[in-house]
Amino acid sequence: MCTDCGCGPSGHHHHHPAAELSPGRVVRIEEDLLAKNNRLAAGNRRLFQEKGLLVYNLVSSPGSGKTTLLERTLSDLQHEWNFAVLEGDQQTSNDAERIAATGVPAVQINTGSGCHLDAHMVGHGMENFAGLPLDILMIENVGNLVCPASFDLGEDAKIALLSVTEGEDKPLKYPDMFKAADILLLTKIDLLPYLRFDIEKCKAFARQVNPQVRIFELSCQNGAGLSSWYDWLRQEVAAKRRAASMTGVNG
Amino acid sequence: MHELGLTQHLVKIAEDAARQNGATQVRSVKVEIGALAGVVPESVEFCFEACSRGTLLEGSRLEIIFIPGRGRCYDCHAECALDTYTVACPACGGFSLERLQGEELRVVEVEVD
Repeated sequence: MCTDCGCGPSGHHHHHPAAELSPGRVVRIEEDLLAKNNRLAAGNRRLFQEKGLLVYNLVSSPGSGKTTLLERTLSDLQHEWNFAVLEGDQQTSNDAERIAATGVPAVQINTGSGCHLDAHMVGHGMENFAGLPLDILMIENVGNLVCPASFDLGEDAKIALLSVTEGEDKPLKYPDMFKAADILLLTKIDLLPYLRFDIEKCKAFARQVNPQVRIFELSCQNGAGLSSWYDWLRQEVAAKRRAASMTGVNG
Repeated sequence: MHELGLTQHLVKIAEDAARQNGATQVRSVKVEIGALAGVVPESVEFCFEACSRGTLLEGSRLEIIFIPGRGRCYDCHAECALDTYTVACPACGGFSLERLQGEELRVVEVEVD
């Protein structure tokens, strides 16, 4: 006989969780697993707002050209604005050294075995730039098309890079990341003549996952498409400054 | 890939809640994972045993409630299943879909002694 309700073995069946044990106490938690990261990201976002700082989170697979894009962009634009760069990699400070060679302050964050940057790392990374007048912070995330999609760092936007030496169907294979990014940069387009990469198909795949995505095609080797990318950055800086002046924050 | 870190965090949230409520052992923990949360439930299960070792959750049961994704088309307002970001609206073929459900990643409750 069932000790819970007295029903016999041939009687009706109903569900007794862990019937052989008395039930334990249930403690409601209802806590989002990303809540801590999201709280810290909100704190970062407030700090960036106070500084009037425009912040981008660069995401892509390894080797798509994030550091090269930064080197080229910083070299060309650092006379217009004050940049800083946070470099995320599992190991080495190679990328921060490459950025520092352009004259822009750069800090390396090593995630060890970690596969992404989180808001906590970025908050501490920012301490290295305290007191510096900055306009744009570029955060180069760990090369990984999966995990960085889930972690808000407090940025204005994620910028995804996809090099044309990769498959044109990457947006379909890694939709979370291409959904999370507002901007898509198709890089290394100087190599297109040597590849069977259908760039129109790639753009259609990206828009399938993210209809609002803004796409730029560029090459840091021959400079193709860079002026459109720079013009877009100029518009974004101007928009940020307008917004900051309207809310009374010094830009 | 980041499921290991998330599972460690899940164990910590559950253990903190258990301790705050004077518990000496956790029997089970209930977690909601949405289809669009970017987390593989099987990986969380795989990591859970290792992450719970030496904590109040050691030997406890992990109950994962999988939440399917739902979307609404911005163009024709039809609602549909949305378990990946590559689906089109079944009514009009549009790709602009609002996420209604499926991004959950939440520790719901623990059963404790």
